[in-house]
Amino acid sequence: MTIATIGAARPELVRGRGGGGPASTRTVVAYGFWIFLLSDFILFSGLFAAYAVLSGNTAGGPTGADLFNVRNVFIETMCLLISSYTCGLGALSAERRQPGRFLIFAVLTLVLGAAFLVIESTEFAGMVSKGAGPSRSAFLSGFFTLVGTHGVHVTGGLLWLIYMAAQVVAKGLRPHVLRRLLCWSLFWHALDIVWVGVFTLVYLIGIQ
Amino acid sequence: MMDGDARPYDRTPGVEHQEATANYLSYTVGLGLAVLLTIVSFVVAQTNLLWQPGIPVGLIVLAFAQIGVHLVFFLHIGTGPDHTNNVVALAFGVFIVFLVITGSVWIIANLNWNMMDMHP
Repeated sequence: MTIATIGAARPELVRGRGGGGPASTRTVVAYGFWIFLLSDFILFSGLFAAYAVLSGNTAGGPTGADLFNVRNVFIETMCLLISSYTCGLGALSAERRQPGRFLIFAVLTLVLGAAFLVIESTEFAGMVSKGAGPSRSAFLSGFFTLVGTHGVHVTGGLLWLIYMAAQVVAKGLRPHVLRRLLCWSLFWHALDIVWVGVFTLVYLIGIQ
Repeated sequence: MMDGDARPYDRTPGVEHQEATANYLSYTVGLGLAVLLTIVSFVVAQTNLLWQPGIPVGLIVLAFAQIGVHLVFFLHIGTGPDHTNNVVALAFGVFIVFLVITGSVWIIANLNWNMMDMHP
């Protein structure tokens, strides 16, 4: 008896609970990548915990209220949020087999992500030049580790996007390219979720 | 749709099916909600709209709302049968994240409190 006929014989086994045969490759790939993303969230939870514990230990150096520029953080947040939107629309265009639209949205996502990175690295360079580098205090070590790790993820996401755009151009929107694109879009949305934690815990609570 | 709803058991195992996916509207609604909540967060942080000592708690609540919007409208975490495993994994991930963050903050706050007695 095959799995599909078990589903037919036992209708209480609905799809997703053993009925209707194995899930599609797309569902399985997305699930595996989702597990990876959750492990990435757990990595960030360690860095968030370290920052939360160390944020008061400024060793007589500058505090968050002295260093943070809320206007820049707002622009960064909007860049990442709108890039998450264009990423979603790009993934949707790809699923609807519209490579031209996908490439337009990919370029928009790339520009917004790069703008985010430029603002963030300018902020980092400004802080280091003011003598508020990662070695100044435990607070700044925690800050640079947490925000820097997020920035490294964004950089990786952008490189992955360039690679995916090249695949779409070279191979077209084949099923395995679409599955890779799905993973990339999940990664990019997940980075935005981590950023919600960063701007709330680090910046907005930091200036209180 | 050729498969799925009408004849749920008549599917070829492992083959790609036309999935019920989101549309432009759901992403746009998600963007609108996320932008709105983000602006509220930044306004609350810089004004006296909320009772001053309550601002961090308010910001954390707003952050959870934003994460919820991202999960539903951008990551499409839903209640469909294909999502059962994703939601269970998410619940476990949230549990671990909660343990790591609140556990660390709790233990270190306790440690700091004990240290204060040594340096009056």
